[in-house]
Amino acid sequence: MYVAVKGGERAIDNAHAWLAEERRGDVTVAELTVPQIREQLALAVNRVMTEGSLYDPDLAALAIKQSRGDLIEAIFLIRAYRTTLPRIGHSHPVETGKMACDRRVSATFKDVPGGQVLGPTFDYTHRLLDFKLMAEGEVPEAVEADPRIEPTPHVTSFLNKEGLIQTEAESGETPPDLTREPLELPANRALRLQALTRGDEGFILSMAYSTQRGYGNSHAFVGELRIGKVAVEMDIPELGFAIEIGEVELTECETVNKFAGSKVEPPQFTRGYGLTFGQTERKAISMALVDRSLRSKELGVEVSNSPAHDEEFVLYHCDNIQATGFLEHIKLPHYVDFQSEMELVRKMRAEIASASAEERTKEAAE
Amino acid sequence: MGKPEAVLSPEQEVRKAWMGLLAKSEAALLAERLGALDLPEFDWLRRPEVGGVMVRGRMGGTGAPFNLGEMTVTRCSLRLATGEVGHGYVQGRDKRQAEQAALVDALMQGPRADQLRDAVLAPLETAQVASRAARAAKAAATKVDFFTMVRGED
Repeated sequence: MYVAVKGGERAIDNAHAWLAEERRGDVTVAELTVPQIREQLALAVNRVMTEGSLYDPDLAALAIKQSRGDLIEAIFLIRAYRTTLPRIGHSHPVETGKMACDRRVSATFKDVPGGQVLGPTFDYTHRLLDFKLMAEGEVPEAVEADPRIEPTPHVTSFLNKEGLIQTEAESGETPPDLTREPLELPANRALRLQALTRGDEGFILSMAYSTQRGYGNSHAFVGELRIGKVAVEMDIPELGFAIEIGEVELTECETVNKFAGSKVEPPQFTRGYGLTFGQTERKAISMALVDRSLRSKELGVEVSNSPAHDEEFVLYHCDNIQATGFLEHIKLPHYVDFQSEMELVRKMRAEIASASAEERTKEAAE
Repeated sequence: MGKPEAVLSPEQEVRKAWMGLLAKSEAALLAERLGALDLPEFDWLRRPEVGGVMVRGRMGGTGAPFNLGEMTVTRCSLRLATGEVGHGYVQGRDKRQAEQAALVDALMQGPRADQLRDAVLAPLETAQVASRAARAAKAAATKVDFFTMVRGED
């Protein structure tokens, strides 16, 4: 029997009206504005931009307001919006070596040109709730010192000079684009990095953590972590040259891993790379660890059965929008599917019942 | 290796600089500075449109490119009655800002270039330099000064 299900429009409309009311909450409490979210929940905005794969702080803030702070829902909204944008072009690769660094630390070298610059970090805070934030009050002013004018060189460039670290060869190759062609395996590193940047922070973090705990063992050092603004340049066809079309805040993480060498390579350090929008350092560090882990095959090091070594496992499960879509669809009506399952179970039970009845009759007859 | 950078003429270099300045400008400041000027009529060649630009990074900061994610950009093109064609490219989704950027680009190619440079571009640049310097100064204050404890003799 097939049961067509229609209806529910009124219930849906009313549910959405109630959603709007609940989103607003108690009307005696001042309503949040989008600029407030953009300015004061900036790290949430950064995550939504990174995983939504669109750098636009206003839109990310709007998405957070609309989603009532459900960041995956906000990322979903941004991804959906992104698909409606005509693609104007692509930028030149950003020059992170020219970044205006707000923060730049190295866990491998104490004395690096440019120094250890902490920036606006949670590190070294005591993680005690600050009840002063519950009251309105004056914000202490940040201290200023003589600014560094020249760009801060990458830490790995020092190791590079000694040949101690694998070099990253520049190339003019056009990288594959996940938003244009579906993900196919095996993926090259460019495609993996794009997928990891967009990937769910929690998932990438757990994958990275698993490599640290021994599932696909690789001990990584943070060679460098930097956060700051870089200019974005794009070729303008009507001009015949490139101009800066804006600037984006990025977090970049380079990890270095010891590498015992292979048949063709001497012992040296290998690298993992993380690059994300905004100040998103947990994600960038995680990404670098997972990038390095997924490079095992090409580096010729032992590939284990660990999840973080399994490209298919990581890349097919890291996208929280795909995961949410498939996971949450099972709460939507499956009446017909389930009805057929129910009929099947009833039929199986009936068969077993009649078989054992026959058995009993046989026994009784004997 | 990547594409060799094209060598630009001096005119192209300065235009590149002002277009970059306009792209990163603060919309309110640009509007304020332009609002004080007498602006010419123009015809649209391309009305403002919002689009996405795929931002690329390099593996390891220096290696092969990969696609990082998109950013929003608004662009438009216009022509003044005197013939100059202006292109506006600005970060974000502000169509009015793109229009104003294109107007400045067009006017900078004509006899009013000096006026525009003084009234619009110079203040925009001052604002950008100041905002960048303020962040750099705060960053500098968080730079760690290591000191080592000397132990033993000599």
